[in-house]
Amino acid sequence: MAMTDEKKQGPNYSTIELMACAASRLLEDKRSVFVGTGLPIIAAMLAQKNHAPGLLIVFEAGGIGPKIPTLPISVGDSRTFYKGVMANSMDYVMSTGQMGYIDYGFLGAAQIDIHGNINTTVIGPHDHPKTRLPGSGGANDVGSLAWRTIVIMQQDTRKFVPKLDFLTTPGYLTGPGAREAAGLPEGTGPYRVITQLGIMGFDDATKCMKVLSTHPGVTVDQVKQATGFELLVSDNVQTTGAPTDKELKILRKQVDPAGLILGRK
Amino acid sequence: MDFFKENICTHNNFHPYGCSRQTQVRSMDIIEEGKGELLAWRDPDDARRWVRENKPRSLDDKRMDIKDAVSKFVHDGDYLAMGGFGHVRVSMAAIYEMIRQGKKGIIMSGKTAVHDIDVLVGAGCISKVEVAYCFGHELRGLSPASRRAVETGRVKVAAEISNAGFQWRYKAAAMGLPFMPTRVMAGTDTFKHSSAKVVKDPFSGKPIVLLPACYPDIVFVHVHRCDKFGNCQVDGTLIEDFELARAARRLVVTTEEIVDEKVIRKEPWRTCIPFFLVDAVVKVPYGSHPGNMPNIYYSDEEHMAEWLSLSKTDEGLKQYFDKYVYGVDDFKGYLKLVGGKKKMQYLKRLEHLKVKLKAPWRDR
Repeated sequence: MAMTDEKKQGPNYSTIELMACAASRLLEDKRSVFVGTGLPIIAAMLAQKNHAPGLLIVFEAGGIGPKIPTLPISVGDSRTFYKGVMANSMDYVMSTGQMGYIDYGFLGAAQIDIHGNINTTVIGPHDHPKTRLPGSGGANDVGSLAWRTIVIMQQDTRKFVPKLDFLTTPGYLTGPGAREAAGLPEGTGPYRVITQLGIMGFDDATKCMKVLSTHPGVTVDQVKQATGFELLVSDNVQTTGAPTDKELKILRKQVDPAGLILGRK
Repeated sequence: MDFFKENICTHNNFHPYGCSRQTQVRSMDIIEEGKGELLAWRDPDDARRWVRENKPRSLDDKRMDIKDAVSKFVHDGDYLAMGGFGHVRVSMAAIYEMIRQGKKGIIMSGKTAVHDIDVLVGAGCISKVEVAYCFGHELRGLSPASRRAVETGRVKVAAEISNAGFQWRYKAAAMGLPFMPTRVMAGTDTFKHSSAKVVKDPFSGKPIVLLPACYPDIVFVHVHRCDKFGNCQVDGTLIEDFELARAARRLVVTTEEIVDEKVIRKEPWRTCIPFFLVDAVVKVPYGSHPGNMPNIYYSDEEHMAEWLSLSKTDEGLKQYFDKYVYGVDDFKGYLKLVGGKKKMQYLKRLEHLKVKLKAPWRDR
């Protein structure tokens, strides 16, 4: 009886909650993370309230080391420096990023390609956009300067594309060595891509995207079908752990009680 | 691009050692140039002359009302940058007044421009934008009015840039320099559509991006408090305003409160904008509404939801502006209309986490 009920109801978490949990688990304690608007903040807040109380969160507008009380609407609003260690400026935060202080950068995207380059500027031609998106914001800066960039986004063939409409933020550009050749800081680049289907990384030799883990109930084939380019597959594909009760409780009660992001269908 | 060579030629006219144009071009070793339009750049000596001739050195009482400040300092076609962060500590009173006075052809700095630019574009004041972040409302989603304007070609995107890139354009100006080197934007379309250049760094030998200085014609910064001369204090993050205030040719400060000079002089280390950068001081309590004013009031998400809903159509825009801008005489009238004291009390309590957030745009 109980089994049937569970089947009928499906899992006790939403896809977006699963993505937030998978993302937050990548963030280690006592490391620094630069977060962008939306789901990245949720993941960083969850990490800080769960397994990484010493996570140093920084925001582009100048908030440094806050204990974020509730989901900020803007990456510059007062929640982003609540009980922080410093409230300073964009120049300060971006300069420290350029110096190498930012371990993780956390971004959303509208399109991504095989080398982890991302588009948040425009769908269609730049002069005559089909859809005009906000642009780089701090994304290009994070993708240029953070040691490891994590991208969190929806996966389908319109978003995982062979060629971006616009390369807003650098991934590995055209492949190994291309970042350094362009003048970007050495040893930086995309680290993980988290979607509603699984977790991708990048192959060391080719800097091409590779499936590392699929979410519960999702097959590697489903991930491949949702991708507009040839996806490498790890020899040892894992299954992403489902959100724990503790993670769900923190997400729903503390991180986003108003359901601003988590409440979206 | 051509401006670069031209300016080198100009420099040669002044150069005491007459160093040849060829040597200078070679020493810069340009690898790649962005094709975005170069906006608000000035030769550093022109900028110095402007400062010498136009910026105040004496402690003068600069208080005026927002009507006078806007009519005196904002001209059609100006390059405008708003302090704050698009919907955080942003001088909305100045924005409504620019609309009321029918300013046209403004070129806007899209340095995390959110509600500020959305409203100005919706009202038809803006012709061109340099975009770091525009046409979006962060967590609230995309901005219907300004997206529509760009997608239909009513507003032109003149150049792309990143947030740090914009910030460092202001920093170059704030240092009196022609450009700022940086390691962001390299290798991307953001660079290709910017006004930056890549050169070979003469020290490391690696490619490095040079961002041209940006001197906006007019900047509005909203602050927590200042004295009548314009010495300002800001609580919370400064965002870009520390540099932007210096980059500005004309700077109008709007403030929640005007304090005695003694308050400033008691803690001079708290001053983030000194009087000699400031051209006008305007007292506007709640002047950032519906945006957030850190430590005083949070953003008014009910009003934002109304804007996002009405701005989906041109008729809706007309309705919004007729009601909240043209239908009132000034910012006080607007505040009354958006909910008066009761609403401001709620936003104050919300800022201090004492009441629950109401965000009707959530389900849009």
